[in-house]
Amino acid sequence: MKNIIRISFRNLLRSGRRTLLTASLITIGVMFVLIYAALSGSFKAYMVSQVTDSMLGHIQIHKKGYIASVDNLPLDKNLNHKQIDMIKEYLDTNPYIQSYTFRLKLGAMFSNYTSSTSVRLNGIDPQNETKTLPLFSTRIKDEDVKSLKEGSIIVPELITKGMQVKTGDTIVLVATNQSGSVNGLNFKVTGNIEPISGPGGRDGYIHIKDVKKLLRIKGTEVSEVVIRLHDVKNLKKAMQLLEPLTKLTNKKDKPVFEIHTWEKLSPFYNIVKMLDLMDISIKIILISIVLISVLNVMVMSVYERIKEIGTIAAMGTTPSTITKLFLTEGLMLGIFGTVLGSILSYIIVFIINAVGISFSFGRQDDLILNPTLQSGEVLIVGIIVIIISLIASISPAMKAARLNPVDALRQN
Amino acid sequence: MISNKNVSKVYKMGELELDVIKNLNLEIRYGEFIAIVGPSGSGKSTVLNLLGCLDKPTRGQILIDETDVTKLDTTALANFRGENIGFIFQSFNLIPVLSVYENIEYPLIMIQNLPQAQRHERIMKLLKEVDMLDQKEKFPDQLSGGQRQRVAIARALVTNPKIVFADEPTANLDTKTSNQIITLMRNIQKEFNTTFIFATHDEKIVTAADRIITLVDGEIIDDKRVQS
Repeated sequence: MKNIIRISFRNLLRSGRRTLLTASLITIGVMFVLIYAALSGSFKAYMVSQVTDSMLGHIQIHKKGYIASVDNLPLDKNLNHKQIDMIKEYLDTNPYIQSYTFRLKLGAMFSNYTSSTSVRLNGIDPQNETKTLPLFSTRIKDEDVKSLKEGSIIVPELITKGMQVKTGDTIVLVATNQSGSVNGLNFKVTGNIEPISGPGGRDGYIHIKDVKKLLRIKGTEVSEVVIRLHDVKNLKKAMQLLEPLTKLTNKKDKPVFEIHTWEKLSPFYNIVKMLDLMDISIKIILISIVLISVLNVMVMSVYERIKEIGTIAAMGTTPSTITKLFLTEGLMLGIFGTVLGSILSYIIVFIINAVGISFSFGRQDDLILNPTLQSGEVLIVGIIVIIISLIASISPAMKAARLNPVDALRQN
Repeated sequence: MISNKNVSKVYKMGELELDVIKNLNLEIRYGEFIAIVGPSGSGKSTVLNLLGCLDKPTRGQILIDETDVTKLDTTALANFRGENIGFIFQSFNLIPVLSVYENIEYPLIMIQNLPQAQRHERIMKLLKEVDMLDQKEKFPDQLSGGQRQRVAIARALVTNPKIVFADEPTANLDTKTSNQIITLMRNIQKEFNTTFIFATHDEKIVTAADRIITLVDGEIIDDKRVQS
């Protein structure tokens, strides 16, 4: 095998410029795929963590039908004390769950005494909210959300700008409860919250006890349960353990709960899927580049060396050895392109990290990309390129092996 | 010993069938220095291809040491050639990416898979024999025609073949170099008892041969042994 490699290597050097051109094409293709994967991976990881760690959590549980009418924030679809206890039983025994928090949500009127606007309010338990959504506090200006007190409100940035309210101002929240009774309470603005991609641009936050006061709720009631997992990779396993909850039915034999992963709740998941699709498309382009360039080189290589193939066949080189000689040439082109492409990709990713590339997403500016090359991705791309190089070499190699020595020796 | 019984070769060119070799019957003993002569198109190269196991006859039997080579498949035939037969070509056919040493080494590593020490010993002996010892690191494009043919001879002999087939080996060489090459092959034949079979127009080879087979239109019209 050592000698086959040596001869194949020399043959590649014979048409040095052509070999270099083909290897460069493969190298550029590999770099393109790997750098795209690193950048899109970084973008996805950043956005997914923003969505899950600062707003949605990994899983949410609601009363059946809540998500369908989520735009109205229906109060009649809140979970009651008994249902909450039932959910808690499952959550406390699920090993994949790190923490969870309850939210009581409502739609209300926000007034600064001169004008009013609608606002979506989230009643939260500050301690559990920050535990379940570790990046939540990073979106808030002026207020330490952990110490969000009763009577305080964190106002969405959209409203602070639109209504010209600032930290320290007093505003009024007016809400209608389930029985139609209207109530208003004064709140002190203690911070404002940045918007995030997807829904939630008009979401303000107050203490859960304030929501109860505003809506005059006496018992325990929540709109949604937000769950954080130890590791998001265990999303499916955690969902499997929660599945019995979805099978619980009420007196009318209809399901009581609905459970959704962040993927179902966030429109960003569609972007993730699009990025994944682009990833596959780029890999297909790479495969085409490798296939066409290696096939072209190998066909030319056989065509130019017909007499030489006839000579080595006449000397006694078996068809299988001739096949190996040409397959090795194609394989070496693939390996060379992959190795060089991977090394250059690591260098470019290092430079990108050193320079720091920022991007904007929606209304969020100056987000820094931290691309990393996953060794698994490098391995997959490498294997694809090498296999395709081999496949592209099969036909020319077989043609070389099948050449009749007499006919081949007649060629000039 | 090579023995051919009623060997015929027919080429099909569309509807047309061309009898290139007709009922060839030949017996060749080891150590002979044979020149196959005849006009162009008489079938010299075809006979060489058939005896050299590069081509299969349409009819008849070719026995080499009692092996019927017409019954061997492609791989077995390649192995048989690698073990028993050497070739010298008119245009030398050296592998351009290999040095003189590596060209001679090629059959030993790719075909006979000989250990390095044995390979080296054989190659050095042959390089000395063909007077190319000081050129062993050079590549074919750095050699003259005569030097290339010397390397080709060394490559053909390195596997210790029983028979060496040479198709017009002196056609691309000047008279002086041709004489040197013929002398070299004659000496090797005497020293190693190697059988040489030439397809040639070259009178110098015919003069050096100890058996001359004359072909016309695919048939042997004369087969004579001469005292060289």
